[in-house]
Amino acid sequence: MGHDSHKLSIFRGYLKFKSNQQKIWGVLVFLSIVTTIEVFLGIVKPEILMTPFLKTKILNWIFIILTLVKAYYIAWDFMHIRDELSGLKDAIVLPLIILIPYLVFIILLEGDYIFNIMQEGFVSWNF
Amino acid sequence: MEVTATENSENESLWGGAKKPFEATYGKMMMWFFIVSDALTFSGFLVSYAFSRFKNIDSWPIADEVFNHFPFLHGVEAPMYYVALMTFILIFSSVTMVLAVDAGHHMKQSKVAFYMFLTIIGGAIFVGSQAWEWKNFIKGEYGALETRGGQILQFQNLETGKRVSLEEFAFELPTDRSTHEKSKGLWYSNESTVSEITVSEVKAGFENNEDLVIRTEKLNSFGRKTVLSRENSLAKIESASQVVQGANLVHNEYGNRLFADFFFFITGFHGFHVFSGVVINIIIFFNVLIGTYERRGHYEMVEKVGLYWHFVDLVWVFVFTFFYLV
Repeated sequence: MGHDSHKLSIFRGYLKFKSNQQKIWGVLVFLSIVTTIEVFLGIVKPEILMTPFLKTKILNWIFIILTLVKAYYIAWDFMHIRDELSGLKDAIVLPLIILIPYLVFIILLEGDYIFNIMQEGFVSWNF
Repeated sequence: MEVTATENSENESLWGGAKKPFEATYGKMMMWFFIVSDALTFSGFLVSYAFSRFKNIDSWPIADEVFNHFPFLHGVEAPMYYVALMTFILIFSSVTMVLAVDAGHHMKQSKVAFYMFLTIIGGAIFVGSQAWEWKNFIKGEYGALETRGGQILQFQNLETGKRVSLEEFAFELPTDRSTHEKSKGLWYSNESTVSEITVSEVKAGFENNEDLVIRTEKLNSFGRKTVLSRENSLAKIESASQVVQGANLVHNEYGNRLFADFFFFITGFHGFHVFSGVVINIIIFFNVLIGTYERRGHYEMVEKVGLYWHFVDLVWVFVFTFFYLV
């Protein structure tokens, strides 16, 4: 590893830092802002975001997207994926972003199906 | 082979062990292998949690009602605040870890040691917080009745809408029921301590107190727990079969039994990762202090444990979302 081989800009180059240390603090500020937004929304739960959208509330989708954003910056800047060769980057990221959504999709579909069976079936679950 | 090798000297070094794949060292690559497989393990856990939640989507406990404690604020409903604090602590200890790695690249021994020390402190505070969270969860707050079908019945005041704990209204009735011991009966069966409050005491207290109603597990269309009328509550309490106070792997007063199981399992597995991370960090910290990496000429070991530590933080980001927010 070269000593100063870090890529020092985030947000696709909109935000550039002078040193790696500055970038670390910058990412911390960004992650803290995102977490604060999450906590704020989690406490206030604005009524307008409680409407259902794609099987769950809009608020939950916002939480999930913000989580993925945080995960991206932790992996890219704290775990230095940004500085790795694209081969290693792909070898790490591709298995995860292919397998996990696939697993989530089939398991949640199954869970929803079983919920419907228990709702509409003739078996009483409250004996 | 000989021919091609002599023809192209670059190929020779490619297979001779001089060139590192992806320009990463063996140790770093293996850490990444471990992290990818561990990430899949955690997604397996979180997805199975999601499965059970989707299966019981209309009766899952509401996280804000379960995790609402904050140190030194007794009886104050403070959902989210403590777990948000834990999240900030973990993110901050991730930052000090990155700073340690960065100082390592510049071969600054004392700075690496200082930042490693802060990381260890952050990790220790986080594990302690998780233990406190578990303590509150296991102890419970209000107590509830469990029906024969395994549903949880909680109690609240009809007018104020505030939850009421069993101790507040249960009658004390005389009883000869005592804890079963091996010496007094069947030698092959065991019984944990009999709850201080019996079902009949709760029933008697409930019938006596006109203000009380039952809230069931079922969620209404606003995502809140269904509250029964006084008449329906009196009918419903007849199906109660046992008193539940606090939580364990078999019963919990918060609602669906699976909720407690997944809480213990996933946060426990994550907490175990944090604990291991703290132990590994301490080992590396002492290695930094005695100058092992200074003599080795590089601080790559700090980078490798850093990867693990950030991964633990990354997992917490997801656990936080799916247990506390969504």
